[in-house]
Amino acid sequence: MKFNRLFKSCSALALVAGSLVLGSAQAQSGKSECIAPAKPGGGYDLTCRLAANGLLETGLIDEPMVVTYMPGGIGAVAYNHLTGVRTDDPNLIVAASTGAAVNLSLGKFGDYSGDEVRWLGAFGVDYGAIVVKADAPWQNLDELMDDLRDNPGDIAFGAGGTVGSQDWMKAALTAKAADISPRKLRYAAFEGGGEALSALLGNHIQVFTGDLSELRSQLASGKIRVLAALSEERMGGPFKDIPTAAEQGYDVQWPIWRGFYMGPDVSDEAYQAWEKRFETLTQKPAFEEMRAKRGLFPMARFGDDFDSYVQQQIQQFKGLAKEVGLTQ
Amino acid sequence: MFDFLIQGFEVALSPLNLGLALFGAILGTLFGALPGIGPINGIAILMPLAYTLGLPPESALIMLAAIYTGAEYGGRMSSILLNVPGDAGAVMTTLDGHPLAKQGLAGPALGLSAVSSFVGATIAIIGLTLFAPLLAEAAVQFGPAELFGLMVFAFASMSVMMGKDPIKTAIGAVIGVMIATIGVDSSTGVMRYTFGMAELQDGIDLVVMIIGLFAISEILLMLEHNMRGGGEGLPPLGRVFVSWKEIRRCRATMGRCGLLGFLVGILPGTGASVAGAVAYTTEKRISDKEGTFGTGDMRGLAAPEAANNASAAGSFVPMLTLGIPGSGTTAVLLGALMLYNIDPGPMLFSERPEVAGGLIASLYIGNLALLALNLPLAGLFARVLIVPRWVLVPAIALLAFVGVFQLHSNLAAIYLMLLIGVGGYLLRKLGFSLAPVILGFVLGGMMESNLRRALSISGGDLGILWQSGISIGLWIAAVALLVLPWLLPRVLRAWR
Repeated sequence: MKFNRLFKSCSALALVAGSLVLGSAQAQSGKSECIAPAKPGGGYDLTCRLAANGLLETGLIDEPMVVTYMPGGIGAVAYNHLTGVRTDDPNLIVAASTGAAVNLSLGKFGDYSGDEVRWLGAFGVDYGAIVVKADAPWQNLDELMDDLRDNPGDIAFGAGGTVGSQDWMKAALTAKAADISPRKLRYAAFEGGGEALSALLGNHIQVFTGDLSELRSQLASGKIRVLAALSEERMGGPFKDIPTAAEQGYDVQWPIWRGFYMGPDVSDEAYQAWEKRFETLTQKPAFEEMRAKRGLFPMARFGDDFDSYVQQQIQQFKGLAKEVGLTQ
Repeated sequence: MFDFLIQGFEVALSPLNLGLALFGAILGTLFGALPGIGPINGIAILMPLAYTLGLPPESALIMLAAIYTGAEYGGRMSSILLNVPGDAGAVMTTLDGHPLAKQGLAGPALGLSAVSSFVGATIAIIGLTLFAPLLAEAAVQFGPAELFGLMVFAFASMSVMMGKDPIKTAIGAVIGVMIATIGVDSSTGVMRYTFGMAELQDGIDLVVMIIGLFAISEILLMLEHNMRGGGEGLPPLGRVFVSWKEIRRCRATMGRCGLLGFLVGILPGTGASVAGAVAYTTEKRISDKEGTFGTGDMRGLAAPEAANNASAAGSFVPMLTLGIPGSGTTAVLLGALMLYNIDPGPMLFSERPEVAGGLIASLYIGNLALLALNLPLAGLFARVLIVPRWVLVPAIALLAFVGVFQLHSNLAAIYLMLLIGVGGYLLRKLGFSLAPVILGFVLGGMMESNLRRALSISGGDLGILWQSGISIGLWIAAVALLVLPWLLPRVLRAWR
């Protein structure tokens, strides 16, 4: 039977494919693991990959780190998982960012205050940016703010997150700094920064509150103008001509740190071992290069210092949310 | 002017890159054929591999692009053979593809869909080569209001699918739209129908929806038949290869739908699923004079297949020329480029011609390789049908379970899939067709979010919806689609 053989080889192929999928789905105990609380391909995925590649290449871990995906509730599912199921796994870290702190402070993760987990540290940072089209009438932040004060209805903001997300916070904070009520702001929520950017190029929205690193290619092509970087000081490289908001008299900063947390019952020993590992990592030149390629700026804040930084941030966001009318 | 393309072919034809394109094409076909993986996840999972292997950027991009196009080829297989769409773009392929397989024409159906995929993709790649910068400028004119108009048009063209039971089609579409509202409201951040469950906040995953609706309900139906002692006989195995006559009959369909799919693919946020839906319904309008669409018409199979492959190539237009991803998959590809310190945009063609040209050239080559791979294998894959369905469908569902679990690390997605399966089973028992449900789900979600965006921009003024020429054109087309088939015969009769 000729075609029986064909069929056999066919099903063998299917089996191999199936076992490939199965094999990677199996939990690997003992190996270190990084949970990206999102689908593959997003910012959390990149954070985990950067840690996995960096730690392996610099010899800080012996075996490759496993990256697992756990999407759901912009990180809430993973947070619940660590506070409820794998509370003491010494080999498990979860990717987090400023967005997670925003969501915790707004109660989006459930009834949590943010001190349920052990915040491990941040090894890179990106900054918010106020972006307009290259042929927009506003040359600097002042002109935009003046116009916004006079005609709030004519200027539409847009970005990749919903009202209340960290993308929206950038717009709301900028408006607030110019004494404009964020409630009056016209804000359209897109699916990711790319869609918002194309809406900006088509002049459907006038201001895009994105992140600096995602603007690199548009800056080179001269299609956009960045009115302000929401960083403490000016960034280098392709961003050196972009003034900060503070330089222009608006006290707005929006760092988007990229880091990790661990389960609440992880031993001090394991926690400190990870802290040390990441601290060493950020001092390696090879890692600095990898980080820069992924569009992240330097940041190194670990251990208890970072933990209190996140707690403080959450308190600050809680206050902000009240001020801008998100929560009562 | 086409220096970049010549240089690109030189790059793409090197043995390493040729091998990578073939490897990617085969892997992509596999990713597309297995429900639950799909191009986005396939690329996201393999991207780190390409980087770790130390491949030069153009080689990595060539492999990843081959996976993307391969997945659009592979998605049709389980659609045709099992009535379970392999990925989002292949939903419409089930409508005529599976009836053909039931009639013993699985081989020709697989062959024809490979040819239409090839034609659609070729049209799109040529369009990409010649007009990319021009089209990208036009595509950004589609803002939220215009995209809302496009969705209205898509819903209006769905009316041709109403067939025997218009009420049930409408109810099915509405159920889909309702399911799409689950999750966090994109504009205000308010939770809708999540019942306090974090797993529901992001809404329902398209893969979960497809597998539940199509595969699980199929298993339940089979269970019921076997319990009754019935059981479906194996379909006859007819011819293996598609005939030249069949291909010729579909050539106009392929041309039209390839072009349509390409244009839809360029638009921001729309992808293969929208392209397939618009192409199928448009083609049914144009050429279904005998009412054979949906019962195993070759043209009904060629239409979505040409369109979904064309849209994959179309989504490269904004990525390569503006640095803006045209689909979820190109968003991941863009991430790959950034990793290599390459900034896509208008400068890409002049500054890194080996990357832009190499990618476009590899699309030509990968597409040829996929046709060469898929045509002869059509007969082989059709043989899968000699395995009883009660083995095949659960096996596919099992693979999908594993795939979904790997992407979620959470059982909630699996339970949800089972729940949707029970819902799908009940709908089928009640005589509903599933295509309107899934279309309502995909289009409804996009329609709502674009409407909300448009209204946030205008401050609640509905006028924004028909402010631009594009919007007005789409509205007129939508109204014409709904009214003319009803009005025209009456006017003609009165006139006589």
